[in-house]
Parts: sequence; structure tokens; C-alpha cells
Amino acid sequence: MNPTVALLTARTLLGRRRAAVLILLPAALLGAAIITRLTAGTDHDIGTLVLGAFALGTVVPLLGLIIGTGAIGPEIDDGSIVYLLTKPLNRTVIALTKYAVAAGTLLVFAVLPTFATGLILFGRSENLAAGYTVAALVAGLAYAALFLALAVASRNAVVVGLSYALIWESLIGAHVSGAQTLSVLQWARAVAGGIVGTDQISSAVSLTTGIIGLGVVIVGALWFAGHRLRSLRPISDS
Amino acid sequence: MSVLELDRVSRWFGDVVAVNDITMQIGPGVTGLLGPNGAGKSTLIHLMAGFLAPSAGSVRLDGEPVWQHEQIYRRIGLVPEREAMYDSISGWKFVLANARLHRLPDPAAAAQAAIEAVQMGHAQDRDLRTYSKGMKQRIKMATALVHNPPVLLLDEPFNGMDPRQRAQLMDLLAQMGAQGRTVLFSSHVLEEVERLASDIRVLVAGRHAASGDYRQIRRLMTERPHRYTVRSSDDRTLGAAVIAQGAASGVWLPPARNGAEPGLQVQTGDYAAFVRALPRAARERGITLYEVIPADESLESVFSYLVSR
Repeated sequence: MNPTVALLTARTLLGRRRAAVLILLPAALLGAAIITRLTAGTDHDIGTLVLGAFALGTVVPLLGLIIGTGAIGPEIDDGSIVYLLTKPLNRTVIALTKYAVAAGTLLVFAVLPTFATGLILFGRSENLAAGYTVAALVAGLAYAALFLALAVASRNAVVVGLSYALIWESLIGAHVSGAQTLSVLQWARAVAGGIVGTDQISSAVSLTTGIIGLGVVIVGALWFAGHRLRSLRPISDS
Repeated sequence: MSVLELDRVSRWFGDVVAVNDITMQIGPGVTGLLGPNGAGKSTLIHLMAGFLAPSAGSVRLDGEPVWQHEQIYRRIGLVPEREAMYDSISGWKFVLANARLHRLPDPAAAAQAAIEAVQMGHAQDRDLRTYSKGMKQRIKMATALVHNPPVLLLDEPFNGMDPRQRAQLMDLLAQMGAQGRTVLFSSHVLEEVERLASDIRVLVAGRHAASGDYRQIRRLMTERPHRYTVRSSDDRTLGAAVIAQGAASGVWLPPARNGAEPGLQVQTGDYAAFVRALPRAARERGITLYEVIPADESLESVFSYLVSR
């Protein structure tokens, strides 16, 4: 970890406009939770729909995309990454530091709101709040690494990432059982189910598959990001 | 004292050769890298700064390869062409962050010294987004100087600057060169390069076309064959007269195109003799000159001539 890289990353990530965007999704999630609780009470099916489909299936991947790519993408796009690359810094340290900032930001804007949503919907009566919070946390860690690596690899990271989140995770992953084996969402559900019980949170994959999948994605994506930064050429006007 | 050595360096992107078999040494003092847009100057600077692997050949700083060698940045300061910085922080915080990224023992003192060197103390507490182009350029210089590197690389540093800002930056670079640093800057404007650089390297279409001091480069450029298009009341007679006076190496009258006369085409190897002989020949023969247009005075054509020599 390099504190100066972390500070510069946080400045970019939490700039005024971006911070406003980051607040919108959790605010919508909490709003939906309050409305659901007021209109449907503690209905288990509706509550798990809000937590599973909206919090874990939409808010976490979208914020993972915005925050993961935002931790490095803007600096690559505008060329300011050159001020990090012209320093005697290990490139993996740069990638890991940016990842830590992205993960911390996701914790604040996605994981804690998921926990709050669970409490609003179910209180402490079931383990659902804790379970979905664990799922949001591990999914967030994987998405942040994946989209950070994507931002280093491609200038079209947001488009590619959005396609992945919407088409693979939401569409194909929800209906094609084979595709679920390669779904961050299912891996995260498996890990959460392993902690709070599969009767509370179910997954299409086993706990072992989930842990291995998450581990491979996080370690692989961060290794790739560091490796790619070693040969990244900052853009210039000519 | 540091020396950058390029040994038969080429770099290609797919089928496009951006830098072609360049061998040169850049030593202490100010060196200008001159060439038209698209000549490969930025690619060459990126090769020197360790951002690109040479497709062939090697780039070394004091004998050490620069590619994928992060520690080399202790000895290199780069001023990038792009203006983008971390706009929401002040100049002071930005330069201080750069000092910290270098892990300098006293980053605050180093940042202060660099800001003073570029005379930006008066605006150091303002956010970078409020800076003018010249101020941004100077803060970029401060970030490159903060670790006191022996080598300074600047990519098109004068682009978009007004004359006053340009003069200030030139003074600063001249000081850096006089201090014994190896300073290399790129430009596509000969006048900028010749005012500042004691040593000029001309790059055209990725190739090292010429090098030397500005007088040599200037002479190469003015002694090349010049071409003019001349329109007059009697092009044919005027052409014969110019040839008879020995002021041109060739004249020709291309056929009319779409009813328009393209005018007399003149090629001369002696620019000064031609500009004296043409009006004299016209006056002696009672010919009215309508137009005299240099046909190939673009910088690109000057550079192309240097390459074809």
C-alpha cells in the first residue's frame, strides 16, 4: 500500500460529480427497503427479492463497475496516470493500493447499505441481513478487482463491464445453469450461504466452487492489473 | 552528468513503423528534438522514458536499460505533453504528492524547492484547475524536477503557450541545461528549437534525418532546392529569361487544367540569386508579375528534403 497513491485515487474516485452518482444507488436501495417494509411488512419473498435482485444483483455489480473502473480508468483516459508511472514504485503496489481504495469505497456505498436494507426489511429476526451483507462484501471484492483490471486492459471498460454485468450476470447467469458456474453473484451467494445457512441464501454452485472462483478472480485480476501497468503507455496528444 | 543512448532503435505498431533505426546519444545540455507532427517524436520520448519497449535495438541511461525498470525514474524527470493532472488539489499538494511518491527524505523541502525553481510560489495554494496553460506547464516542470533528476524529458512543452510563457519556460530550460542536466525537448517549430537548443536532432517519418547545431540545420534547410509558382503577363518569356540569367535550375509550364493556367514552375538551388533575378528579368522585358508563390515551403517539405538527402 502506498498512502499517496491511495490519497490521489480517493480524490479521483470521490470527486464531487462521481460522489453524487455513488450516493444515488444506495439511496434508491434504502428507499426501496423502506417502501417495501411499510407496504409489505416483513414478507420473506418480497424482502429477499429486494436484497437478492436489487441489492446484490444490481447495486453491488453496478457500483463495483463504477468504483472499480473509476479507481484507475479516468487517470488512464486523461493521461494523469503518467505521474504515478514515472515514479520508482512497484506497479503491483499501485494496483493493490487502488484496489484497497476501491474496496473500501464499495464497503461504504454498497456493503453497508445492503446491511441497512437487511435490517430495515427483516430486523435481527433472521440471518438474512448478515448473509446478504457477506454476499455483497465478497461480490464487491471480486467486482472491484475484475473491473479495475478491465479498466487497465481496455479504454472501453465501462461498456464491456456493463455488458458483463447486465448480459452475463443478470440475463445468462440467471437462466443458464452452466453459466452460473462462472458467475460472481453465484459464488458470493455460495459463500454467504456457507456462513448463514443455505436455507437462508441459496446458490447454484457449491461453497468450494464459490471460494475458488472468487479467489481466482481477485488474485488473477490484481496480478494482471499490476503486470499490465508495467507496460502501460500513457496517452499523448500526438 | 547522464547520457541517454539509443542504439539502432526501431518501434513499430502493426504495419506502421513509428521509429526507424535510430542511433543517437543525448548528453548534458539542452537538446531539441525537431520534426513535423507525426514524425515519431512522442514515440521516441516514450521509448526514452521507458514507457515503450523498442521493437528492435536498445535504449539505455548510463548503461542501464530503461524499459520496465522502475528505479530509472529516480534519474529521469518527464514533463508530459498532456495537461491533465489531479485538478481538484492545489499546486503545492500535487508537487508534494510527487515528492512523496519518490519517497524523498524531506518531501516538503523538495516540493518547496521545485516550486521556487519554476517561480510558482505565488499560486501554489490554488487548485490546479484554476491555472493557466503556462502555470500548468510550470507545475508539471516542478513535478519533474522535485527529485532533482539529471535527465529531463519534455514532450512538446511549448504547445499552446503565449510568447511570454514561452520565453519564461525557455529561460528555465536553459538554466537546467547550464546546470549540467541532460535536457531533451520536442517541438515541431524550428524557431523554438534554435533559440534554445545547442544541439538539434531532426526526426522525419520516424527516421533521424539530421543533427547538429542550429546553424547547420538552418543551412541544410535554406540550401535545398526551392520551388516557386510564378504568374505573370508572359510566363514563357519570363521562364526563358530566368534560365538565361542562371538563377534557376529548371523551369516548366504545365498544361492548362480546366481552362486555368497553372503558371510558370521554377526550381532553383540558389534562393538568393533567384529572388534578385526574377524582378530584374521581368522589368527588363516589360513583363508584369502577378504572383510569386513558394510551392514547397511547408515544414513537412523541408523535412522531407532532409530525409531524401
